Amino acid sequence: MAKKVALLQGNQACAAGAMYAGCTFFAGYPITPSTEVAEELSISLPTIGGKFIQMEDEIAAMAAVIGASLTGAKSITATSGPGVSLKQELIGYACIAEVPCVIINVMRGGPSTGMPTGPGQSDVMQAMWGTHGDHAAIALVPSSVQEIFTETVRAFNLAEKYRMPVQVLFDEIVGHMRERIVFPEPGELEIINRAAPTDPPETYKPYDATKGQVPPLASFGSGYKFHVTGLNKAADGFPTTKAEYVDAEERRQVNKVNDHAAAIESNEEYLTEDAEVLVWAYGSTARSARYAVNELRKEGIKAGLFRPITLWPFPAKRTAELAKQCKAIVVSEMNLGQMIHEVERAAKGNCTVVGEFRVDGEPINPGQIAAKVKEVM
Amino acid sequence: MAYDYDKSIRPGKLPHIWCPGCGHGIVMKGLIRAMDTCGLDRKNTAIVSGIGCASRLPGYLDACTLHTAHGRAAAFATGVKMAKPEMTVICCGGDGDGTAIGGNHFIHACRRNIDMTYVIMNNFIYGMTGGQFSPCTPTGAKASTTPYGNPDPVFDISKLAIGAGATFVARTTAAHPREIDKLITMGIKHKGMAIIEVLDDCPTTYGRRNKFRSVVDMMKHLKANAVPAVAASKLTAEQLQGKFLTGILFQEERPEYCAQYAEVIKKAQA
Ligand SMILES: Cc1ncc(C[n+]2csc(CCOP(=O)(O)OP(=O)(O)O)c2C)c(N)n1
Ligand code: SF4
Repeated sequence: MAKKVALLQGNQACAAGAMYAGCTFFAGYPITPSTEVAEELSISLPTIGGKFIQMEDEIAAMAAVIGASLTGAKSITATSGPGVSLKQELIGYACIAEVPCVIINVMRGGPSTGMPTGPGQSDVMQAMWGTHGDHAAIALVPSSVQEIFTETVRAFNLAEKYRMPVQVLFDEIVGHMRERIVFPEPGELEIINRAAPTDPPETYKPYDATKGQVPPLASFGSGYKFHVTGLNKAADGFPTTKAEYVDAEERRQVNKVNDHAAAIESNEEYLTEDAEVLVWAYGSTARSARYAVNELRKEGIKAGLFRPITLWPFPAKRTAELAKQCKAIVVSEMNLGQMIHEVERAAKGNCTVVGEFRVDGEPINPGQIAAKVKEVM
Repeated sequence: MAYDYDKSIRPGKLPHIWCPGCGHGIVMKGLIRAMDTCGLDRKNTAIVSGIGCASRLPGYLDACTLHTAHGRAAAFATGVKMAKPEMTVICCGGDGDGTAIGGNHFIHACRRNIDMTYVIMNNFIYGMTGGQFSPCTPTGAKASTTPYGNPDPVFDISKLAIGAGATFVARTTAAHPREIDKLITMGIKHKGMAIIEVLDDCPTTYGRRNKFRSVVDMMKHLKANAVPAVAASKLTAEQLQGKFLTGILFQEERPEYCAQYAEVIKKAQA
């Protein structure tokens, strides 16, 4: 049978991906340019007996998502810059309490209200460092409608596997763009469900590191009585200020991601094999960059594209290798230079790193990327 | 016969962090008795709190307990209840937690009339952080941030809850321990949002700054000024000056939120 195809908007594909992943709970607060994700899920979730709730603000939405996830529901929220700023304290809560959940951020410009209907990529550092305290982060940056679908599915998988919040960031251009999408058959994409505890309720400890780097999380209402808190805690989930517990737990929670960075990493490389100059770009900017690379090749310039799909953990190893291979890297992003700092750090001075940025609400076009490449070559 | 509280307390979690004379412990005992009276299965009971001295309560109880972030209890609890309506959900926390930073979540949980019981411990102060004024600190009172007396007007939590749409609202005090469990029991049995405001005491950060020389003085104050709502109609405005009404203040039947959403599911699946 032919696969189901449709012409879908990025935000709709996100909602469809969530349903495919087994999501049963959404809580959110309307904000442009993410609102269609909520609108779509308000239609589809109740058809499978799932729950949709529009909360009083983004903080409440994040709280409800964490609460729902603790009952075992795969849970999601969707917002944009100002909403993500509001959610930050509770994103940290989900990190330390280790509660799986997915946060969609359809990026617009900023700071503050900025340009609600214009695209931006200025939340990429916030996705890593927005909440206070040390913590791990996973952030995915799809650049097409199809990829929004698959990366939303992957976000749920990673959230459940590593027991943590996972953010999917796409700029307004990708979120509002309409493209053909081929729906994967059920079972075609891997679906990871939350690992059930192996211990009986009497001896279960929600943060027992002897059960592995990611101890299983029981669900409220499944026979397990346990405590969840945002305080530093011992294996049993109860608050502690004992230095050795605090230190071990903090490190475990960061290492559970960093030790598996290679498995979480996902990139696309285009004509990098013989590249002498590299464009490093993600999201909609990478689409312009690909076009620019093709044009430059026609002119005999050996350009290539590196497109991270997993932005955090940062693809440091591959970026470093390419920095050794190339004379220059052009980092192009719709902000005034955020990921370029990480690229520079990975390049360690092995090549020139320059930026091509734009924050006027217009997309970065291939011409300006090509011009920058020629400037550095 | 002495009441057996131990079976409801998590082994090894006592002593609690509360100061001697703190009213929060009295409320916890009342909650335990109410949960017993209702025959709650603690495996299917979520107790959700924010941050503050009062919000430490869930950690001591043997149930599914969720100690969240400052002010956010009602919002987390809404997620738990929506996702698993078959669970009994109880919120607890302080006046600051529930009506200042958490005021927005508080009123919207009331408006939705979602089936939970929120026990709000109003000790008129931010206890945990050392006695700064809260929206419930009496005007003129001393707090660590109102050295010249509190210029702020006061929130009446119960009135706020009624105005926001809670369908069971009751008030009592830490000086009326039997009424605490009676009202919480009614709240748990009520289908919809039940707010139980318990006026209690913080001798450490409120009492000592406000001429209550001992915990007993504070308890006497709570006892002397509590007027059962049923008796209030016989009193003049003058006689009610400075008093607070106790008992059931409001009760009505209105569709409950999860039941309403079950109807949405039916329509979506039709
Ligand atoms: C976002 C945030 N802001 C401030 C605080 C500091 N804080 C902790 S508890 C508290 C007040 C608690 O007062 P209340 O809720 O009335 O409870 P009590 O301690 O009196 O029982 C404050 C302001 C915090 N933990 N988080
Ligand atoms: S500071 Fe006040 S509210 Fe906190 S435990 Fe002590 S008496 Fe109770």
